[in-house]
Amino acid sequence: MAHRWGMAIDLDRCMGCEACVAACHAENNLPVSDPAQAAKGRAVHWIRVDRYYEGEFPEIRVKYMPVLCQQCDEAPCEPVCPVYATYHNPEGLNVQVYNRCVGTRYCGNNCPYSVRFFNWFEPKWTAPLELQHNPDVAIRPGGVMEKCTFCVQRIERVKLDAKAENRPVADGEVQPACVQSCPAEAMVFGDLNDPESKVSRLASSGRATRLLEELGAKPKVFYLQRGK
Amino acid sequence: MATAVQIRQDKVREDLWRPLLQTRGRYVVALVLAGLAGAWGLAAWGYQIYEGLGVTGKRRPVMWAFYITSFVFWIGISHAGTLISAILRLTHSRWRKPVTRAAEAITVFALMIGGMFPIIHLGRPWVFYWLLPYPNNRLLWPNFRSPLLWDVTAIFTYLTGSVIYLYLPLIPDVAHLAEHTTGWRHALYRALSLHWTSSDREWHALERAMKLMAGIILAVAVSVHTVVAWDFAMSVAPMWHSTIFGPYFVTGAIFSGIAALLVVLAIVRKTMHLEAYLQPVHFDNLAKLLVLMSLLWFYFTTAEYLTTWYGNEPWEMAVLGARVRGGYAPLFWTMVVCNFVIPFVLLGIQRLRTIRTATISAAAVLVGMWLERFLIVVPTLAHPRLPAAWGTYAPTWVEISICGATFAAMALLYLVFSKLFPIIAVWEYEEHVSNGRI
Repeated sequence: MAHRWGMAIDLDRCMGCEACVAACHAENNLPVSDPAQAAKGRAVHWIRVDRYYEGEFPEIRVKYMPVLCQQCDEAPCEPVCPVYATYHNPEGLNVQVYNRCVGTRYCGNNCPYSVRFFNWFEPKWTAPLELQHNPDVAIRPGGVMEKCTFCVQRIERVKLDAKAENRPVADGEVQPACVQSCPAEAMVFGDLNDPESKVSRLASSGRATRLLEELGAKPKVFYLQRGK
Repeated sequence: MATAVQIRQDKVREDLWRPLLQTRGRYVVALVLAGLAGAWGLAAWGYQIYEGLGVTGKRRPVMWAFYITSFVFWIGISHAGTLISAILRLTHSRWRKPVTRAAEAITVFALMIGGMFPIIHLGRPWVFYWLLPYPNNRLLWPNFRSPLLWDVTAIFTYLTGSVIYLYLPLIPDVAHLAEHTTGWRHALYRALSLHWTSSDREWHALERAMKLMAGIILAVAVSVHTVVAWDFAMSVAPMWHSTIFGPYFVTGAIFSGIAALLVVLAIVRKTMHLEAYLQPVHFDNLAKLLVLMSLLWFYFTTAEYLTTWYGNEPWEMAVLGARVRGGYAPLFWTMVVCNFVIPFVLLGIQRLRTIRTATISAAAVLVGMWLERFLIVVPTLAHPRLPAAWGTYAPTWVEISICGATFAAMALLYLVFSKLFPIIAVWEYEEHVSNGRI
């Protein structure tokens, strides 16, 4: 049976350290914005940590929510692309084809989670940062959209290894960079088609909710938190 | 109400051909200025292609802004001509004679300009042809589910139809002109006239073709702006996902189209001394249409805002609040004044309705309708559902230059057109057709 990749993020464990953001930058060759562009809102972070404040100072509580591409089953970004640059792959991933993208940015408008990023310029890295590029990940040119891929390069690597050893992919074997780097182990990645996988069990637990679930986009990222 | 004053026939030809054959200094100055402004816009676009779209003020989440606003604006302006002229033809309105060609030319030029904006707006404009369904060795087709592709299809259809619709009534005029000119003009007019001999059979065929095109173009014009509206309405963004958008946009398009026509007619009347043809009655009738469209626009806008406000959904209210009392409020209330208050007062009160007030109101409506499109595009994108992603937008000199230059491009195209063809259809005044049914 085909895989169907999904993620669970335990909001009660997340402490907002943004290690996932840094790991994602390193893994996926994200350009590092200069301060002026960042101030303009042009920094690219495939995963970001949103902050929500509860209560009034000094009785204030901050809640953190890492937000990445939700890899929706009914993704609003997909049908609007005029050139099929964003499409659904057989494993349920919402894939961006950089070579095909012409940069209409319609997908970005239609993403309710605002997790799609546009390359306003050709990407640049301050020396020596270009030396740490991940050879498994394409450098995106200027003028195209990009977003979280669930570290598709790691998924493919694990699948190839498993095939070479003639065994199925084990649960927890695929670890996107954000999952791997989370010190609180708040993030779990796995196959939603395997009912015994850790992510499947978490997704069907009473603590699981999905972001903006009422829109019917059927995201594959599950947020775990205490019921209120 | 004054009726159109009859004009002697030999005088018609003399009056309407004169601008073609005599060039005044003012014309050359206008041509050079429009050309320079257009060239500045092209230079700005070149700079944007070279550097990247980062030279614009766009940023996440405001991915669409000035260019899409201008796109919708110009496609709206294009409804001046074809639609108005088709309605007037189909209803046999007698007063349409001096209005139709000026209007049809606006349509073609506005479409040419408007059609540029989706390309200017692209991240990689050099591969814009990937949006077209052309056969290629990679067997790749565009995505017909995307409203942007419907858009490409609709605008191509409309442009093709409008060019034919502008061209058909030109044929008798260019045939006449071919007889009375020499040199390159003769060659041009002769080629365009398709060897028209003014026989009864030809008139009959032309009449049928024009009637058919008038019918087709009406349907196409309505569908074009509906499809433009669907670019927004098909998405899930707050205050875009609205069933009313199709008719709302068509109304706005006709509204701004009439306004553009009034402004162009006022300029043509003044500069080409066509006071005997473009009489107060024409402006009066168009002004009444403008008031009607203003009321319709107000009705749609009220329906849209009132239902959103009463529904009180937080995401929609964030956008509505930004427009009505937030950072965009000055633009919003300017829009209301320009689109409703000014035309309603100046043109709704009969005593105040003159050529001058009609032109002023029309200019105000053009400003108001540009703002309306801006207010649809930007505040929605600036306020996506997750507040952590909210952002702002301000245009840069590149966007302002390019959008400003398109007005110069319009002027340039119109100047060239008015030098090549009579801006009013001469044959419509001739005896043997003036009682005809065309």
